[in-house]
Amino acid sequence: MKLRKVTAASAVVLALTVTATACGGDKKDEGGSSGGGKKITIGIKFDQPGIGQKTPQGYAGFDVDVATYVAGKLGYKPNQIEWRESKSADRETMLQRGDVDFIAASYSITPERQQKVDFAGPYLLAHQDVLLRADDNTIKSPADLNKKKLCSVTGSTSAQNVKDKLAPKAQLQQYPTYSACLTGLQSKAIDALTTDDSILAGYAAQSQFKGKFKLGGFKMTNENYGIGIKKGSDLKAKINKALEEMVSDGSWQKAVDKNFGPAGYKNEPAPKIGDIKS
Amino acid sequence: MFDFLDKYDVLGAFWTTVQLTLLSAAGSLIWGTLLASMRVGPVPLMRGFGTAYVNIVRNIPLTVIILFASLGLNQTLGVNLGSDKVDTTNFRLAVLGLILYTSAFVCEAIRAGINTVPVGQAEAARAIGLSFTQVLGLIVLPQAFRAAVVPLANVLIALTKNTTVAAAIGVAEAALLMKEMVENEAQLLAISAVIAFGFCCLTLPTGLILGWVGKKVAVKR
Repeated sequence: MKLRKVTAASAVVLALTVTATACGGDKKDEGGSSGGGKKITIGIKFDQPGIGQKTPQGYAGFDVDVATYVAGKLGYKPNQIEWRESKSADRETMLQRGDVDFIAASYSITPERQQKVDFAGPYLLAHQDVLLRADDNTIKSPADLNKKKLCSVTGSTSAQNVKDKLAPKAQLQQYPTYSACLTGLQSKAIDALTTDDSILAGYAAQSQFKGKFKLGGFKMTNENYGIGIKKGSDLKAKINKALEEMVSDGSWQKAVDKNFGPAGYKNEPAPKIGDIKS
Repeated sequence: MFDFLDKYDVLGAFWTTVQLTLLSAAGSLIWGTLLASMRVGPVPLMRGFGTAYVNIVRNIPLTVIILFASLGLNQTLGVNLGSDKVDTTNFRLAVLGLILYTSAFVCEAIRAGINTVPVGQAEAARAIGLSFTQVLGLIVLPQAFRAAVVPLANVLIALTKNTTVAAAIGVAEAALLMKEMVENEAQLLAISAVIAFGFCCLTLPTGLILGWVGKKVAVKR
């Protein structure tokens, strides 16, 4: 009797394992079919409000709007787009393996990354900035940050910039997500959240935070957001052309106003293709 | 391929990993031994507490414990463990979280060790009039520890690797350095290989040495 129970239990476990593996397999197959020409796979961030966010209603954000427009010019309708999450650390690998056709995920163009992948664009010039409590008037310039507690995402370029250049004497708290930083910012355990102003504007524009936070407006670095593609891909010229059209027909400005508008974010004019500000 | 390493303080990051490991190991050995004593003790309330603690804590993911220490204790309740420097506070919070978590496993390893000591020994000790603490401290635990060396080595190796979770609250150890390097260099494979090699350098000798010690001190029965 006991043996029977054990056998039954192992059978259940085995069945579960097989189903789980089968699910994983299915997903992979879907990805593989993207090369067929019917669908296009695009990598975006799933967790950055204003930039790329997965919501119950679908995907929203500036990167999503840009990617949808570019895909449209490449001949794909919005329902032919398959969105993939591309976390910062995975982006180069996903492009090299061909998991995605292109990536629009707050992807700054840097020389190190250009050795691995090609970039179309830039399509947005962002700057590292700080997000402060709306009633905090003690931080007026980047130098004031040296006496403060800053928060950013673990290991991110913004966090390293703070340590190395911008405010070496500031105390830096690092968390896996920006949302975790916001907890401390609200409870005054942290004085400022720092990263690209486009991302900060997205957070400040969320309905639950409206009026609680403000942008510092310091413009501490230049981040040129580009669309990442596989090295040597012929998509680059086509995407560049699509981006130019997006700016000239006004959709670019519309997307900026829609996603960053509520935060009072003063955007830079649309960057020229290939003009990378260092 | 590995020339990017010059720009980073890899040894410094691993030194933080070692410090995290040693401090948490010492703390969880003490707290784990106390928990094991409670679990075999004669007082029902303490037995219940020990059992509940082990079963609850070892089933909570470590990331949750460490993040709670930082977001809950530090950011919301204002506990800073006697330091106004963010880095030091985070390091101490990480050690605290690791001790709370690892001691549950230490407790079980020691309890397994206690089970290898024949019941007759404890009975004989009681018969000659030793108190519970004396039975435990003089007769049972010394033999239990000898049997628990190898299981404790496993816990120590797991602890060494678990310290990477401290990166979640910004402790500058090996996993955080790895994130920084991945962000800057776009060389995922080479960087992962370096970090994995570093951890092997820490854990392989631990396993070999403690395995040898375990054999050496084992009670032959």
